[in-house]
Amino acid sequence: MSVRDDLADRFGVDFETIDPVRVVLYTTLVGLIAFYLSPLESGLMTALKTEAEFATSPPFVPPTVDGFTLKPFGVALDTLSSAILNSIMLAVPATILSALLGSFAAYGLTNFEWRGQLGVVTLFIAGIFIPYQAVLIPLSRLWAIVNTKELLAPVLDITVFSAQVPVLGTVELATHPHYASIINLIITHAAYGIPITTLLFRSYYKKLSTEMLEAARLDGASAFTVYRRIVLPLSTPMFAVTLIYQFTQIWNDLLFALVIIPSGSGPAAVATIALNELTGGIIQTFNTQMAGAFVAALPTLLVYVLFGDKFAKGVAGEA
Amino acid sequence: MSLHILKRLLGRDRDDGPPVRTDGGTTSTGGEASATDESDLGALLSLLRESEAVQSAPFWLPPFLLMGFFVYGAIGWNVIISFTDFAGLQLPAYDPSAFDLEMYRRAFSDGQFWAATRNTFVLLVSFTALSLGGGLGLAILIDRGIRFENWFRTIYLLPFSLSFVVTAVFWRWMYNFDSGVINVVLRGVGLDFLASKWLAGGVDLGLLGALPLVPETLQFKLFAVIFALLWQFSGYAMVVYLAGLRAIPSDQYEAARVDGASTLRMYRRVILPQLRASTVSAAVVLMVFALKAFDFLYVMFGNNPGPTADILSTMMYRQAFAANEWAYGSAIAVVLFVVALAVVAPYLYGEYRRGEL
Repeated sequence: MSVRDDLADRFGVDFETIDPVRVVLYTTLVGLIAFYLSPLESGLMTALKTEAEFATSPPFVPPTVDGFTLKPFGVALDTLSSAILNSIMLAVPATILSALLGSFAAYGLTNFEWRGQLGVVTLFIAGIFIPYQAVLIPLSRLWAIVNTKELLAPVLDITVFSAQVPVLGTVELATHPHYASIINLIITHAAYGIPITTLLFRSYYKKLSTEMLEAARLDGASAFTVYRRIVLPLSTPMFAVTLIYQFTQIWNDLLFALVIIPSGSGPAAVATIALNELTGGIIQTFNTQMAGAFVAALPTLLVYVLFGDKFAKGVAGEA
Repeated sequence: MSLHILKRLLGRDRDDGPPVRTDGGTTSTGGEASATDESDLGALLSLLRESEAVQSAPFWLPPFLLMGFFVYGAIGWNVIISFTDFAGLQLPAYDPSAFDLEMYRRAFSDGQFWAATRNTFVLLVSFTALSLGGGLGLAILIDRGIRFENWFRTIYLLPFSLSFVVTAVFWRWMYNFDSGVINVVLRGVGLDFLASKWLAGGVDLGLLGALPLVPETLQFKLFAVIFALLWQFSGYAMVVYLAGLRAIPSDQYEAARVDGASTLRMYRRVILPQLRASTVSAAVVLMVFALKAFDFLYVMFGNNPGPTADILSTMMYRQAFAANEWAYGSAIAVVLFVVALAVVAPYLYGEYRRGEL
């Protein structure tokens, strides 16, 4: 079997009927890949080079054996690890909270009929489009007045951020007073996530069979039972989409963190802020900056690579 | 309160037959309740209990209050602050008689404000138009029955998962004068004269600069920003258009082909008109992202992008949080909010008219 036949067999390429239009098409598509991957590729190559190497070799060329180093990743991890931990402590609860609240709201606004419903829905959906600048000053004032730490003191010690780990005992993840601002940030992100999560769930709940829900209600099931027994189990695919979308949004936010975390830095800094500080400094070389960008982007990149298809569907569905 | 007013409020005055429901063993019939005397408290209560508004309230009301407080409450507070001269850390007195339009007057006579407004519109319009065009092009290419479609789609959408902060860090490196990819490639292929300080410097536009909204010197700064954002968001537009293309019944393609329409003609006459909904929804989301481009500019240029790249959101942040001009910042925020509203209101109204909400 010739190479040509083998290729034809394996990839279904019919060489007799190669279409020049398709050659152009594939060339364009591959050329576009170069465009979309070039910042990531040159960033990665830069992050893998020693300072001497990246000063002399073009940014997109892989490092030579002598010029290869993982040190920039080490520096970036050292600098960013606590901020990444903060981002996880922020993004995980805020994502789950906003998805749950959106699911509740969407159920209440979709599977019931009452007057004024559309008005309320409009208020929810309009909330997606507000520029955050329009709420920044009130937010910063609000969280300056509301002392979350003192409010929570009777209920929770601020060492909620400590964990009981077998063998190691109590691990203090954070004891700094600034960590109260992470709670503020969680509440803020949960609240501002509600409009988009409600829209996502609403588009999904509209398609649920109303007969089934009606039948359950006629059988005497309360609205809550219907939600818990029927709607919630059916929502799993939409929860996946919403959680991915919200996680990305909350992880990637810089603005709220700048305003709500005092002085915008310190031990409570989240990954975006820490990355900005790492790369804004004049001391850091480009290889450390690029390594930092990858380290800070890793969680959303990972989520995206693992659940890319659902992500794409969610993005299209959101529109 | 009169029973029928309550019924109307609860949306129960329609003649769609008596809704029979069992509720904890007690059977109550909505249709008969209309004959009940107004003072019948029991009927009122059962009506309330079985009304869908009341049943659904525990689900939507808490999120509504939380969101309403943070979104609409905060916007209201921001508007109030913009009428004061709040410039310190203490709370203003909020004396309605002292409210004035001073901060708006100040904005409208501030050259920086107009430059930021102009840049905001340039960014909004050109970024949205380019992303839509690019996204449509990508979607059409990908929709032509290609192999490895998932791979192409995934790679084009990849930048969308990155934050503005990460994008800005990567592109600052791409645009670097000495060793950034763009200049290195340009020099490598002998186009040294094109290698530029993309994030600084400008070209005199001469007479064109006299036109409204056109800057006197064309700086690459804003276009460098738009190009990087295009990289990040065109994949998103592609996904939306791809969903739109896939929703068009295939017999329409065939009908056009049978009629002997060329591919170009088919797209122009048959396909594009049907992508209106995709265009509108993608445009709205892109515009919202454009209005949020603050994060990107903040990382790229620090707190002051300069008059050629400053947009309303960066100016607002600088005034409020760097210069402590809180009232002035909130007035700019109100202007930004109005711009966003002007962009989004027609969309929301359209959705409402078509029953899509």
